[in-house]
Amino acid sequence: MSVETSLYSTPLADVHAALGAKMVGFGGWNMPLQYESILAEWEHNRRTVSLFDCSHMGEFMIKGDAKACGLDTIVVQTIADMPVNTCRYGAMLNEAGGVIDDLIVYRKGPQDWMIVVNAANIEKNARHFRAHLNSNAQFEDASFKTAKLDVQGPQSRDVLKVLAPGIEKLAYYTFGQFQIKGIPCLISRTGYTGELGYEIYCSWEKCKEIWQNILDNATVKPTGLGVRDVLRVEMCYSLYGHELGEDISPREAGLDKFIDGKKDFIGARALSARHLKRTIGYFISASRKSPRAGNKIFDAAGSEIGVVTSGTFSPALQVGIGIGFMNRHSKDAGIEIFFGDEKSKTAATVAKRPFYKNGSLKS
Amino acid sequence: MEIEESFLYTKEHEWVSIEDNIATMGITDYAQEALGDVTYVELPEIDTEVEQFEQFVSVESVKAASDIYAPMGGKVTEVNHKLEDNPALINKDCFGKGWIAKIEVRDTDESTNLMSAEEYRNYLESLH
Repeated sequence: MSVETSLYSTPLADVHAALGAKMVGFGGWNMPLQYESILAEWEHNRRTVSLFDCSHMGEFMIKGDAKACGLDTIVVQTIADMPVNTCRYGAMLNEAGGVIDDLIVYRKGPQDWMIVVNAANIEKNARHFRAHLNSNAQFEDASFKTAKLDVQGPQSRDVLKVLAPGIEKLAYYTFGQFQIKGIPCLISRTGYTGELGYEIYCSWEKCKEIWQNILDNATVKPTGLGVRDVLRVEMCYSLYGHELGEDISPREAGLDKFIDGKKDFIGARALSARHLKRTIGYFISASRKSPRAGNKIFDAAGSEIGVVTSGTFSPALQVGIGIGFMNRHSKDAGIEIFFGDEKSKTAATVAKRPFYKNGSLKS
Repeated sequence: MEIEESFLYTKEHEWVSIEDNIATMGITDYAQEALGDVTYVELPEIDTEVEQFEQFVSVESVKAASDIYAPMGGKVTEVNHKLEDNPALINKDCFGKGWIAKIEVRDTDESTNLMSAEEYRNYLESLH
């Protein structure tokens, strides 16, 4: 497998090669798509526990008072009332109300923050923060020295508490400072799979040791980004570049509940003025034929009513599943639609999120 | 990478075995490996007339859909219905139980447009 030299590599690139991973370019990074097969890795994640290298993702360190330093006006979620050691999902918008990126804010101290962003957006996000934070804020882009390893699956707690005692006390969307074999790391109970899981942040230099310590437990299998995408579509989680983008309103994308309607933030005015013509919808194929991003969505009468943003075969449901932007009147569960193109249409039914309802996420 | 010595091959990684004017076809080990887990096969209708190298089947894996081309022109006489419920047969036994369709060949001379096993082996090497 050839590797494009223009792509960034995580510190685990040679480890992935030694494990026989099939590599793929993702968000400017050379990342493992799969080690074994996507279906086998899916099975292992949903039943046992998987380890993902997500070191491509970006981490920004910010120091300053939430309001005085300007952070509060950059992100859409409420942050001033966040207790220390909790994290909160949200986004930041451009002036037109489009999504620059979705992100998670970690409150490490009263005036100490970590922002986790998508790999493909690291540079533009850093520019946006530097442009909009006040001069009293300290900003550091730590993306290229902070590794991120995700341990996800119903047995993740059992595996990780042996290495990092105390993590078993972490509630959903909280975090703490721990050590694995003497290596300091921040561990949060967060993830992107719908299963009980943890995300471990540590230095690039030490992440190989942590990776190996976790894999030494025979119940853990390395897992690629291929199945990570299947898992997130089964949970109806948005992915930047698919359900989120600079020309997509977070309200269209269904992020309303993460937006603080009482505070003023960049893009807020445009957001309240913007009339929603379409909304995000979820649908289940009538067969194993799967919708693909870019497919059109039609109503029962054959009129075009939307576009597919993500689609995959669902190992959980054994049929195709899809996410897309649709006419607002067609998004209710039970409505019959079609996906495909003018020549070939496949029947599907609009469904409620998530597709996969048996995850161990909050167990 | 397995290659069946007695079969003929296309550049798009289909295999074909021709006996008494009937061409049985499927995709090669290289193709199934590149696709990953096959989750759906869109089979052609019986009696469909196809040209050599015309797209006539679609094979989907978890993350993508791929076009499959007819290695010989003719009329589709049989399809492997077992693939409808068990598309993984293509991953498990691509040269055997994972066959896709049978075509009644119109012009046997078209086989000169195909590669022998040895030529296909060299072709695969040239791709790396």
